[in-house]
Amino acid sequence: MAADASPFEVLCNILLSIAPMARGRGVITRSEKGERMGRVVVIGAGIVGAACTWYAAHAGWEVVLVDRGRPGAGTTSRGEGNLLVSDKGDGPELDLMRLSRRLWLELGDHLGRDRLELDEKGGLVVATSDAGLAGLRTFAAGQRAAGVDAIDVATAGDLRRLEPLLSDRLPGGVLYPEDLQVQPVLAADALVAGARQRGASTRFGVEVEGAVTSGGRLTGVRLVGGEVLGADAVVNAAGTWGGEVGVRLGAPIPVLPRRGFILVTEPVGPLVRHKVYTAEYVDNVASNDAALQTSTVVESTRGGTILIGASRERVGYDAGMSPKVVARLAAGAVEIFPFLRRVDLLRVYRGFRPYCPDHLPVIGPDPRVPGVIHACGHEGAGIGLAAATGYLVARYLDGGPMPDEVPVSAFVPDRFAEVSV
Amino acid sequence: MIDAGTVTADPVNETVTPVDVAIVGAGPAGLAAAVTCARAGLRVCLIDRGTSLGGQYWRQPAASPDFLQSLVAREAPVSGPGRGPVHPRDLRHLHHDLATFDALRERVGEALHAGLVDLRLRTQVWTAVVTDAAVVTDAPGGTDAPGPAADGAAVVDLHVLGPAGVAGVVRARRLVIATGAHDIGLPFPGWDLPGVMTIGGIQALLKSSDVVPGRRVALGGTGPFLLPVATGLAARGVEVVGVFEANAPTGWWPHLSTVVRNPDRLREGLAYAATLARRRVPFRPRTMIVEAHGHDRVEAVSVCRLDRAGRPGLESVVRHDVDAVGIGWGFSPILDLAVTLRCATRLGDNGFAVVAVDSEQRSSVPMVLVAGEPTGVGGAALALAEGELAGHVVVADLTDPVGTTARSRRTGQRLRTVRRDVVRLRSFATAMHAAHPIPPGWAAAVRRETTVCRCEEVDAATVLEAVAAGADTARQVKQLTRAGMGWCQGRTCEPACALLAAGAAQQTTREKAPLAGPVGASALAGDTERLVAQPVSLGALADLLPRSSSQPSHDQ
Ligand SMILES: Cc1cc2nc3c(=O)[nH]c(=O)nc-3n(C[C@H](O)[C@H](O)[C@H](O)COP(=O)(O)OP(=O)(O)OC[C@H]3O[C@@H](n4cnc5c(N)ncnc54)[C@H](O)[C@@H]3O)c2cc1C
Repeated sequence: MAADASPFEVLCNILLSIAPMARGRGVITRSEKGERMGRVVVIGAGIVGAACTWYAAHAGWEVVLVDRGRPGAGTTSRGEGNLLVSDKGDGPELDLMRLSRRLWLELGDHLGRDRLELDEKGGLVVATSDAGLAGLRTFAAGQRAAGVDAIDVATAGDLRRLEPLLSDRLPGGVLYPEDLQVQPVLAADALVAGARQRGASTRFGVEVEGAVTSGGRLTGVRLVGGEVLGADAVVNAAGTWGGEVGVRLGAPIPVLPRRGFILVTEPVGPLVRHKVYTAEYVDNVASNDAALQTSTVVESTRGGTILIGASRERVGYDAGMSPKVVARLAAGAVEIFPFLRRVDLLRVYRGFRPYCPDHLPVIGPDPRVPGVIHACGHEGAGIGLAAATGYLVARYLDGGPMPDEVPVSAFVPDRFAEVSV
Repeated sequence: MIDAGTVTADPVNETVTPVDVAIVGAGPAGLAAAVTCARAGLRVCLIDRGTSLGGQYWRQPAASPDFLQSLVAREAPVSGPGRGPVHPRDLRHLHHDLATFDALRERVGEALHAGLVDLRLRTQVWTAVVTDAAVVTDAPGGTDAPGPAADGAAVVDLHVLGPAGVAGVVRARRLVIATGAHDIGLPFPGWDLPGVMTIGGIQALLKSSDVVPGRRVALGGTGPFLLPVATGLAARGVEVVGVFEANAPTGWWPHLSTVVRNPDRLREGLAYAATLARRRVPFRPRTMIVEAHGHDRVEAVSVCRLDRAGRPGLESVVRHDVDAVGIGWGFSPILDLAVTLRCATRLGDNGFAVVAVDSEQRSSVPMVLVAGEPTGVGGAALALAEGELAGHVVVADLTDPVGTTARSRRTGQRLRTVRRDVVRLRSFATAMHAAHPIPPGWAAAVRRETTVCRCEEVDAATVLEAVAAGADTARQVKQLTRAGMGWCQGRTCEPACALLAAGAAQQTTREKAPLAGPVGASALAGDTERLVAQPVSLGALADLLPRSSSQPSHDQ
């Protein structure tokens, strides 16, 4: 295949020509007749499950998407919808994100950018001190070496040319033109609708209780209430609840919740042009510290509101409100954008990011229960990584080929040695 | 690289005030609860956003700065003649049952004097958290004073912002939520023209500043509240061209026995009817205002009859020239604070969500009681009774949980009486909702381009598209269209979105089962989550952190 073919074209090629060949290595051994494509149950209609459904349906699988609630109502409705390369250092997650970024742009062209509120706004990372700026520059240099477009913004004046309402006290920053944004609920909605057109069906308001197996191989899932959905493969896209669903399927994986709050202001118009965040964020993403961490992330939305994030703390599923965290986020935002002082906070969203101990998502077939493919644990990047995840899952269903540019083995469930024995 | 500061180590600039009971809302329910608790010697904190006591029902003219002073001194609470433009005395005829208000206000004044009540007007509760004593005591943000939590029970922390943005925490062993309701205005073509208001808005103008909205006014919607607004306007010389009531008084017939058991309500209704007749205000049952016309402001309305199925007969409309319009489709309870605290809700008599309470006004969250409209819209008399009941329950909880003292026996008797009142008045409210439903065909007048959400400029076509795409609750309509995400947080459009979504849901159920019951009710349930009860400026929030710790801690 041509090196510069987009994954979308690759997918189409697979569909049109080499699909029958690839199939033999997939999770499904084809029936002798070879007519019927297998049936896949995707558990979880968040952004990740929606993307898995879309790619699997486009690969010709008969997909049933199930969710105990409504599409996009889980963690997907609690985040900001940033598709970031800027917060990722050189490594497998960056590779996955770069594939995902290209796929998202193609999905945007396919489904309509406006419909997803897909915006190539770019990210602007600012430092709040000289030491911070030095750290940021080093980090950016590493990313540049890995092929990320990272442009040094030298002075406060340059910063304000990019973002006129920024505080004049900031020493400098780095601009990442490749960062994108989507509206996650609309994106999930559009992916599900697109998959339906390709024959996928949906069952909302039903909860998966367990797997049905025969001879060690999965043959379907059992819903609460007893109904069984027959399936040749099942995709665990249950996000933060992926650990629990893994247990129910007999294939446990360590996915844990990490609480985060997001502040939403009254609509004030598109006053912030980029996604603007302070440099500490980069550090928090990779942190193992259980204590609360906040750094300031500020951006405008299509609706004119301003989103302010993002805190990270591991407090289990504590659903309570934390006025201190909210105050801290507000203070951080006001610090870099002084005009926000007089803007009203209207809503606070609280979500639980699904995270794994090594901060990488789990994507791939579970060796313990043939037929189970995991696609969860994306932590604070599930919106961004959803497209590539869906694409990889479709490739696992088909039995390959996997894209060369992504080290897929970094994401497979086998890596959790202690759980998977 | 760098360590981001941890919030848990930050001191927070909020002084913590421990009290026995916090009461949010100083209308009939809140006042009754406050007075009951203060009389028993409990430390009460009474909080209201407004500038004076009374809430919406006994809305007072904006208070002068020395209001609190004068209240404590038990003088006329508002500036005397010549100093302020409006004196409450001039507005007394607008109020019902003012003697009760005066008595309650006097009681609050006494309690203030005795230091039992901490009255916080112009104060917003922006969020609230239930906290364990254990957590409270080692929360670094708290004060050293262990407060009422010392007995090991949980407490409710109300995060408040007072006048001039002064922040604080009111830490209460019990909370009574008495936040009232606001009136429902459903969209129709022209409803966003200047001069079209809710009848609650008109009443508020009258009561707070003695201002009338126009010279020729049409009132429309449904429910008994149309009547006092009409008589109030007529008494000020406003020509009320008609009260266009969507339902007919005959809707009360099936509930005759309930009406007879509530003679006060009946007398009240008859008095309004008599006043309307005397002032020659036309009362038009089974009619509806379907359009407001005008350029820069409303100049006329179109009115038509409703058929038996509650559908407007749009082919025969009558035009009335007006310069103002009042619309009221009943009330929806204000649940913000209850939802923030995650009190369980249920569907109320008119299909909208209300807080679920037991026969003692207790919500699903221990320590949180709810009184008045948030438990189901039912008017001031019911609110008073529920407030008093909640007050007695709090007193019993905090002073005599086992119920053995002589006082508790006396209270016990009073409690039984109040509880009976609550039941009787509640059944009246149920009858009222049955007699004054929103007609099923209300949306027939709405056009594709009619604005549904003013804040976010979402039109009916967009909402209906979302509904067609499967959104069957206001919450989903909101996520897909942004309707209800603006400054008013859905206060205005949420009922309309919910009804539009429910209407579609009902249609689909009808297709499946032609005998399906009334509106697919669960669709009317509101937001299930609201972490911020009231808008608050980011500056005020930022100021909760001491200056130094709000600096990013980069250079460590
Ligand atoms: C504050 C915050 C900010 C964030 N910001 C961003 C950002 O800017 N960019 C970004 O890329 N990511 C961001 N994220 C992370 C992102 O939101 C998540 O990674 C992503 O939404 C995960 O999607 P998902 O589809 O895996 O999970 P979900 O959206 O949670 O979907 C899982 C679904 O599974 C269903 N389910 C669970 N168990 C069962 C069962 N037994 N049967 C049936 N259904 C079941 C649930 O109902 C749910 O709908 C943020 C997260 C938070 C909390």
